[in-house]
Amino acid sequence: MKLPPVEYVAPSTVSEAVALLAEHQDEASVLAGGQSLIPLLALRLAHPAVLIDINGIAELSGVSAPNGWVAIGATTREYVAEESATLAAAVPLLAAALPLIGHEAIRSRGTIGGSLAHADPAAELPAVARALDAEFVVRGPAGERVIPAADWFEGYLTTSRRPDELLVQVRFPVAGPGTGFSFQEVARRHGDFAIVGLAASLTLSGAAISDARLAFAGMSDVPLRATDAEDFLVGQRPSASLFDEAARLAADNTDPPADLHGSSDYRKKVAAALVRRGLRAAADNAGERQ
Amino acid sequence: MDITLRINGETRTGSPEARKTLADFLRDDLELTGTHVGCEHGVCGACTVIVDGRAVRSCLMLAVQAAGSEVTTIEGLAPDGELGTLQQALWDSHSFQCGFCTPGFVMQATAFLRAHPDAGEPEIREALSGNICRCTGYQSIIDGVLLAAERARQS
Repeated sequence: MKLPPVEYVAPSTVSEAVALLAEHQDEASVLAGGQSLIPLLALRLAHPAVLIDINGIAELSGVSAPNGWVAIGATTREYVAEESATLAAAVPLLAAALPLIGHEAIRSRGTIGGSLAHADPAAELPAVARALDAEFVVRGPAGERVIPAADWFEGYLTTSRRPDELLVQVRFPVAGPGTGFSFQEVARRHGDFAIVGLAASLTLSGAAISDARLAFAGMSDVPLRATDAEDFLVGQRPSASLFDEAARLAADNTDPPADLHGSSDYRKKVAAALVRRGLRAAADNAGERQ
Repeated sequence: MDITLRINGETRTGSPEARKTLADFLRDDLELTGTHVGCEHGVCGACTVIVDGRAVRSCLMLAVQAAGSEVTTIEGLAPDGELGTLQQALWDSHSFQCGFCTPGFVMQATAFLRAHPDAGEPEIREALSGNICRCTGYQSIIDGVLLAAERARQS
């Protein structure tokens, strides 16, 4: 369908954007890459009175690497992040997930901040952010605050960003030596939202696992950490039987949604299979990176 | 809103409503009807054009957001009526049937081959995976793009 009538403003600084958000509150939608928001408008699922286009705000775009973190500006396009050598070296799990987002033409416009602020629980980036404990930097009338990923995702398409705040940057911790990674997903067609996705990160110290992170996409109304399985893995040595048990623990404690792509039980089976695959790949990878 | 942009090498101006997509602006305001509109929500790829060197879906971009950009549409690929390498290869491979998805595929493949002249079949399949052909003639489209890549490498 054609888009509904809407006002349009394109501020050139963050403070202008924040002032506009403070003025319009819930009536405004922030337009970044538009690859999720424009379809929502076309399908009449969103009815903002005003679009605040932040693409012209220069300070919001770019990838930098301040001490121990990789900081990605909110409007950094997905293809730019995909081509960033800094990001590929420092946050390889994120680099592995980026090519799986939509299709090439979607990544031409889609932004890192846009995907994470949209917070689709079946999308790749929210699972990666949750697995790695990314930090979300938002700016509002009262200044800046930093929100950990555990507190960012509140529900389906809902984050803890207040209506007068703008997401300006997302930071991911740099992967240390001995940290392996894998992003797994099962989708009906390449580029579709995954039926289930998994962001996995495993750190080996010597022969034992010292840190394990597993975050599912598509298993809940938010990206879901499999904490029981993570706790079980720490201190153990990687083996097929260990990963089987971790997969059972990770899938057992979930209550995934059912839709026309798969029942709840099917999603649990896929989730367990992805944990086995993801842990195996991450462990191999961690061995190479030690 | 008044905008000025470059389309197929020409400077064009217009005053689209904010809600007008780039696809509708091209078709309705500038009468460049080669860009096709299929699903109107970013799923089918028929409206793909090249904006500042990248393939984008013109139904997922507002016309006002293209102000100052360099846009190439299907009309810009053969301005003198001579088919380009890709178009000729698609013709020779009988790539298309009804033709509705054609401009989207051609623009997507054009942007992709420019950036990846050495691409093989798996990369081409991946790059075209976001474009839907309801005649389901995918194999002949892949053949055509592969042939274009080969001819471009030989010339």
